[in-house]
Amino acid sequence: MNDQAPGTSANGSNAKRMSIIVTKGTLDWAYPPFILATTAAAMDVKVTMFFTFYGLPLLLKKLNLEVNTLGNAAMRMPMGGMHMAMPNIMAAIPGATAGITAMMKNMMKKKGVASIEELREAAVDSDVKLIACQMTMDLFEYSRDEMIEGIELGGAATYIEGALKSDINLFI
Amino acid sequence: MSADALLDAKGLSCPLPILKAKKALKAIPAGGTLEIHATDAGSVADFAAFCRTTGNELLESTTEDGVYKFLIKRN
Repeated sequence: MNDQAPGTSANGSNAKRMSIIVTKGTLDWAYPPFILATTAAAMDVKVTMFFTFYGLPLLLKKLNLEVNTLGNAAMRMPMGGMHMAMPNIMAAIPGATAGITAMMKNMMKKKGVASIEELREAAVDSDVKLIACQMTMDLFEYSRDEMIEGIELGGAATYIEGALKSDINLFI
Repeated sequence: MSADALLDAKGLSCPLPILKAKKALKAIPAGGTLEIHATDAGSVADFAAFCRTTGNELLESTTEDGVYKFLIKRN
């Protein structure tokens, strides 16, 4: 069907669209997709989020997100007016992940940064379409019951169909 | 500023001022006004972008003692 007016999407609505592939599920990496999705929705953009691989657990009812120094070579935390480097090797210290996670969550709370739970709720409330990757569900043995209400299941073709109609497509 | 509704978004970081403003705008009738107070310095650029994109009108954007004040007319 190519009879739609320029600038309108196939379903006849004038809304702009955005899609995000969410591939990472650590506390720090959960922020960009949820911040962008909720903000876009607030700006009347129709948003689809596709959760795959390590991003999929962000749809679990009970979130237990952690952040670690590993792989975050540029990580620095504010400390007493300075910034302290967080070398990768710290990740090997027992309890370091829990400690850094607690530090990060405490800092976020103090600075008025929303929790991922809050942002996810805002995404659901603003009708962001949440798609769980069926292959990842099977691969990592998750069941539909463990996931929050209101999500859809789909695969690559489902994502591509939405992405083709989108003005912004992000891979995070 | 005398608006139909006031949103206190002080102490909140991006994207909460925008998300809460959107919610507050929904609760007032078309043509009504919303006043927002924020301390997030990024909100100055963000509320301008939000209004340009959504068609709501940014009537005022001022700063007073470290508080950014916005007056938005709902479209």
